[in-house]
Amino acid sequence: MKELAWLVPALPLAAWAVILLVGKRLPDGGAPVGLLAVAAGWVISLTILSDVIAGDRDAYHAAVVWAPLGPGLEIPLGMTVDGLAAVLLAMVTTVSMLIQLYSVFYMRGDERYTMFFAKLSLFTAGMLIVVLADNLILLLVGWEIMGVCSYFLIGHYWEDAANARAAIKAFLTTRVGDLGFMAGIFVFFWAAGSFEIERIIEGVESGSISSTTVTIGAVLLFCGAIGKSGQFPLHTWLPDAMAGPTPVSALIHAATMVAAGVFLVARMYPVFEASGTVLNEIGIIASITMLISALLALVQEDIKRVLAYSTVSQLAYMMAALSVGGYSAGVFHLVAHAFFKALLFLAAGAVIHAVHSNDMREMGGLARAMPVTFTTFLVGALALAGIAPLAGFWSKDEILTDAWNAGFGHGVEGLATSRTVAQVVFVAGMVTVFLTALYVARMLWLTFGAAYRGHGQPHEAGAGMLFPLVVLAVGAAFGGLLALGDNSISTWIATPLLPSEGPATLNLGLILASSAVGLLALALGTALYRRGLPEREYLERVPPVWTVLQRKFFLDDLYERGLVRAVAGALAPATYWFDQRLVDGAVNGAGLGTRRLARGLRYVQSGQAQWYAAALFLGVVGIAVVVTQLVGR
Amino acid sequence: MPLLYPLVFAAFLFSAGVYGVLARRNAVMVLMSIELMLNAVNVNLVAFNAYLQDQLVSGQVFALFVIAVAAAEVGIGLAIVLLIFRNRETVNIDEVDLLRW
Amino acid sequence: MTGQEVAFLILAVIGGLAGVLVVTARNVVHAALYLVIALSSVAGVYLLLAAPFVAFVQVIIYVGAIVVLILFGIMLTRAPVGRRVLDNSPRARAGAFVVGAGVFAMLTVFLAGAFGEARIANRAATTTVALGESIFRNYVLPFEAVSLLLLAALIGAIVLARRD
Repeated sequence: MKELAWLVPALPLAAWAVILLVGKRLPDGGAPVGLLAVAAGWVISLTILSDVIAGDRDAYHAAVVWAPLGPGLEIPLGMTVDGLAAVLLAMVTTVSMLIQLYSVFYMRGDERYTMFFAKLSLFTAGMLIVVLADNLILLLVGWEIMGVCSYFLIGHYWEDAANARAAIKAFLTTRVGDLGFMAGIFVFFWAAGSFEIERIIEGVESGSISSTTVTIGAVLLFCGAIGKSGQFPLHTWLPDAMAGPTPVSALIHAATMVAAGVFLVARMYPVFEASGTVLNEIGIIASITMLISALLALVQEDIKRVLAYSTVSQLAYMMAALSVGGYSAGVFHLVAHAFFKALLFLAAGAVIHAVHSNDMREMGGLARAMPVTFTTFLVGALALAGIAPLAGFWSKDEILTDAWNAGFGHGVEGLATSRTVAQVVFVAGMVTVFLTALYVARMLWLTFGAAYRGHGQPHEAGAGMLFPLVVLAVGAAFGGLLALGDNSISTWIATPLLPSEGPATLNLGLILASSAVGLLALALGTALYRRGLPEREYLERVPPVWTVLQRKFFLDDLYERGLVRAVAGALAPATYWFDQRLVDGAVNGAGLGTRRLARGLRYVQSGQAQWYAAALFLGVVGIAVVVTQLVGR
Repeated sequence: MPLLYPLVFAAFLFSAGVYGVLARRNAVMVLMSIELMLNAVNVNLVAFNAYLQDQLVSGQVFALFVIAVAAAEVGIGLAIVLLIFRNRETVNIDEVDLLRW
Repeated sequence: MTGQEVAFLILAVIGGLAGVLVVTARNVVHAALYLVIALSSVAGVYLLLAAPFVAFVQVIIYVGAIVVLILFGIMLTRAPVGRRVLDNSPRARAGAFVVGAGVFAMLTVFLAGAFGEARIANRAATTTVALGESIFRNYVLPFEAVSLLLLAALIGAIVLARRD
């Protein structure tokens, strides 16, 4: 079945084309086409995954020459189907399928319904290309497809200028990261002589690429991950991206696109492992990111923004795992997070749909009005907070365990990360556990607890929207089983270079410590928000802290004043002037010049016969002189 | 006599005719100048005939034909001028410029 | 300087002067009359060049018919008098002078270059018999063509100039 893996991205790509061309004429606006495509892909992915689970762990390669660039150099259109790819394929297709199903109901009546499904299909294809790509150029193609789809989807409601701006902000911010990414690709190409990931990893492992080159290349590649996965300092676009429809937020900004950065690091992990510098960098950035985003999540009123900052924070967790050698921990958290974050977003979408507002100040008391939504949301929220035995607990604790081992414990053999960084990662991780549980509690109580503060008549969501919620809740609840036992996820994704660490090893002391922290935070949150919205937020009582948080650590202001003004204020008008006056001017000038010339020359046709006669005689004289002078002699 | 004498004379008459064609405003004056030019051509033809002593006397024959053609041309030319005068009340040729831009 | 040359020079001066006056006279009728003088001097030149028949034809047709035609034309079109009206603007006249002078210069230079040394030999005048023979033997076709042309011109002039 692995040979058919290429169908998994190809089908949604075909669906995109079909919906784009004839979608409006198809029944239900073309949505079934997209659903069918991703469902077919899902079936294939599950088959491949079951093969992998059953023991077929060999990486399957297939490639077709795509762009021959010269002797011995070509860019293949190839795929690598190994355990990591199989797991990701299954996750992406499952989540994408459920979200598309949800969207059929959520987006009903939207005037751009058909285009929405086209964009979703294209996006899914892009992510699947990234998952399967066997060379960095093809990966970049899928990466960029996702970037542009993200732009389109965030700007789905572009009539509101703020949404359009958010879309541009997302695109440009990730673009900044992509510059580094592309530079990194070329560094590795120059060093390894090929774009293929296998060749590059071989080059690094065999030592034929100098360690400086590896570090530089890895740091540059990580820039792309910083942008795409919303790490500090390029995280500012994610909260604003909530301007898009909720299914978009669920799919792109929770489960898939933002996970692509983590996937990139995981895919190229041997390269990253080889450089202590880049691992340290990842660890530090991840720690900073998880802390500031968790703090910011604490003071948001928009439910989607809480979830957005939460996503940033959890992505940082995954990056932190990778930085301390927790390859399977990071990947497992990626999968678990995809499930419970998508669940949270979709449930939030149901809530928003019911109360017609994102603002938590207008919610409250919805547990009674929307019981199923509430239950699923609760499952997702507790998974996020890392409460046992839900999926989030297992993944988070694996990460903390790895960090502890690397920093305080017996150390990990061959790990290039410095102990200090690992210690920082651990501490940040624990603090974030507290903050996460706290904002989760706040979100739960403000949305579902106490009394209803709004003005509408909230009612439970329809069966179409509830079905995906329930499925995802099951995944979030029982996903932890993936990490247990001998045939655990870590064995599926193992490769010869990245041997499995076995099932989740649990440090009892750590489990108790992190659970205690989490429960403490939940209790605090309950105590603070049990009665609903306080007249003044608690943190408002500490003005400096409040200001810093409200201004999002002044990062947006920094970018706005520093970069945006310089480019939009100076560079863009200058370029526009150049284009209008010089380039267009040359073209227009050619036309204008011809007209002026014609206007001048037309006086020759004066209608006056004597003028013509004069010209004639002069011409004769002239010709006679010329001919005799030039020819006669 | 030197051949050049009649030739220069012819050239002079021709140039005078050219000046007249270009400088005169009245259409009839222009026709007169054209006659001058035709006469100059005739002088040229006859002079060359005298110089070459042609068996066929072709220079003089051609001069006769030119005279005939000139007569025909003046007739038609004046008829046209008359028509223009009837239609436009003027014989100024700068006022007959309908084929302008 | 033979008598022939002297006679020619006198005729040439008169004819040249008359030609200049034709193109510069203020009065249209005066210009027509100067044309008569110019045409007559040309006839005289023909005589000197051993072409008596052409000279006669010149006088009869040119002076006799064409000038009369022109005078009729002047009368029928009520040409006005006065320099301002008869000539183009000074600028146009200057341009015309330049063109005329240019033509004269070109012709003279080339002709002098080509025939500077040639001389016309003295000989008897061409008889009308010889001319007639040449026309009706060698140039019959052009002759007939010219007569057709004259017919066409006749009819054309009548058609154009009649009042409907």
